Amino acid sequence: MASKIEYLNGVLPSSEWKMKLTREAYGEMLVELGRVNENIVVLDADLAESTYTKFFRAEFPERFVECGIAEQDMMNTAGGLSTMGFIPFLSSYAIFLTGRAWDQARNTVDYSRLNVKIAAAHGGISVGQDGCSHQSMEDLSNMLSLVNMTVMVPADYWETRKMMEWIPTHEGPLYFRLGREKVPTVTSEATPFTPYHTLPVIGGGDGVFISTGLMTSRAVQAAEMLAEEGVFSRVLHVPMLKPLNVDEICAAARECGAVVTMEEHSIYGGLGSLICRVLAENDVRVPVRVVAIPDMYLMSGPPEELLGRAALTGENGAERMREVLGVR
Amino acid sequence: MPTMNLTVDELRELARTIRHDVLTAINMAKSGHPGGPLSAADYLTALWMNYLSVNPKNPFWPERDRFVLSNGHCSALNYALMAHRGFFNRGYLLTFRSLDSRLQGHPSRTSLPGIEVSSGSLGQGLSAAHGMALGARMRGKPQITVFCNCGDGELQEGNIWEAIMHAAHRHTDNLVCAVDWNNAQIDGYVENVKGIAPLPDKFSAFGWRVIEADGHDMDAVTAAWDLAVGGTPSRGKGCGQPTVILFKTVMMKGTPTFENIPGWHGRPPKDDELMVMLKELGYKYATPEEARAAMGAREYGGWEGNDGK
Repeated sequence: MASKIEYLNGVLPSSEWKMKLTREAYGEMLVELGRVNENIVVLDADLAESTYTKFFRAEFPERFVECGIAEQDMMNTAGGLSTMGFIPFLSSYAIFLTGRAWDQARNTVDYSRLNVKIAAAHGGISVGQDGCSHQSMEDLSNMLSLVNMTVMVPADYWETRKMMEWIPTHEGPLYFRLGREKVPTVTSEATPFTPYHTLPVIGGGDGVFISTGLMTSRAVQAAEMLAEEGVFSRVLHVPMLKPLNVDEICAAARECGAVVTMEEHSIYGGLGSLICRVLAENDVRVPVRVVAIPDMYLMSGPPEELLGRAALTGENGAERMREVLGVR
Repeated sequence: MPTMNLTVDELRELARTIRHDVLTAINMAKSGHPGGPLSAADYLTALWMNYLSVNPKNPFWPERDRFVLSNGHCSALNYALMAHRGFFNRGYLLTFRSLDSRLQGHPSRTSLPGIEVSSGSLGQGLSAAHGMALGARMRGKPQITVFCNCGDGELQEGNIWEAIMHAAHRHTDNLVCAVDWNNAQIDGYVENVKGIAPLPDKFSAFGWRVIEADGHDMDAVTAAWDLAVGGTPSRGKGCGQPTVILFKTVMMKGTPTFENIPGWHGRPPKDDELMVMLKELGYKYATPEEARAAMGAREYGGWEGNDGK
């Protein structure tokens, strides 16, 4: 039955996925961009090994600014560098960049509309064993509320590479979220990244999964499970949460009649909140379920088990879809 | 770009006018912070007129020096200095803090050409200024000097010390910071609220070149700026350290009735108080309206482009 699934845009069935790091794609692309664009500069806060800015540091030490363990200083130093025509990419963990340095991101970078690219590693709870202090389930909410900020969450390694090709052409503050763990390559080298658009991942009309980041792989898994039952749900990946392509979201919801959102973020202020508001304001009256991190702090544990604890699974996605479609 | 090269006497007189404009604008707005602008007026007038290499007719001239007001609540002073340097009409200062004015309560880069970075949330400007200085150096243009002004109370912010550490680590000698050392903040005297002493020793220990000066003695002020820029690459070989000038100042300086009272940090003068202040500065007006009239038309008259993005 699964063979009837219509995979779109070079997306692969789960049986063909490989596990790869988004932050490694980031590190590789920084070097490739640095070779052709001398305005690219990179900042880190004592995490260059982890964020993979170490590749750039090795090849372009004169354009690498190690800020030490001082994320607030790093955010504003990047802001200052941007005013001199550089395109600064700064890296640390999502919780520190969007938590500790939020005031700097808001008042200096975003309010001044500076051309700073914030690359946040270790987004979500799949950080795993480090536990709650290093997990980030609030970063999208923190960044989406900044007026000038573009906010993106790649699904995987390949999409991170595609996004990175585009980012230097974008003018203004931009946040994008990478993960700690290897995540499935849902997309392939052939999959396009089209800024300001959503990415149709799987065709279908029995409800639509609207997902972002790592959870797009879970949405595909959910769709594959449902296909075994003869239910063909669409999967729409949202690589760019802000600005959001409202028309594509509303059209998919109207065409499919039911929505399940899936994200590795708090139920407050992330993709689910966003989609609910957009559908409500556009009078798209379809049932919606939000698969997101419930209002709780997670703990240490293997990433897959943590995702399970928060019910961020394909099984839960499929179950929520059955619920809204009334096919249980 | 040449500076205005005013004489010490001319700087003194201009600083008096700057105080006049700051107080009149804040009174007009019925909102704003007079205390810091009056304590920093003398030394920042000297900086803006005689040391800061900028082009008022092209605020985005790439080779310009940069100025960052890290203590953004002293915005009225920043604006008055810009007006008198020729960035926009002096009378436009009377639109301060009003709806749709470019003169936001705290400086906004996207509102006013010539503001390098928005500020107001204390403790952030020095990091941004340091990023500019680093960027100038990475561009091969260390002769661009970046000046940053901080309040002394602002030094209680942790981000400031991150920047201080960073600039010393990188030997960023095209960065010059001025501290308005007036010992006053909203809740009282700095030494009582949360002391920052020994300030010169702290900066020295963090690797900065430290200059101390009386911030109201214009001879001492210009000598301090000369010494400071003398250590930057703009005047030859840089000294290899960032420089700080600790300007000893008095909040509300120039208006003896109101001097050194922390309550004047952020309180706008009422009309009768304004008249006393202006009188003590040597102005003989019957009404605030006369002071406003002396400042001219309220049209902006400055750069209209938005190259600041």
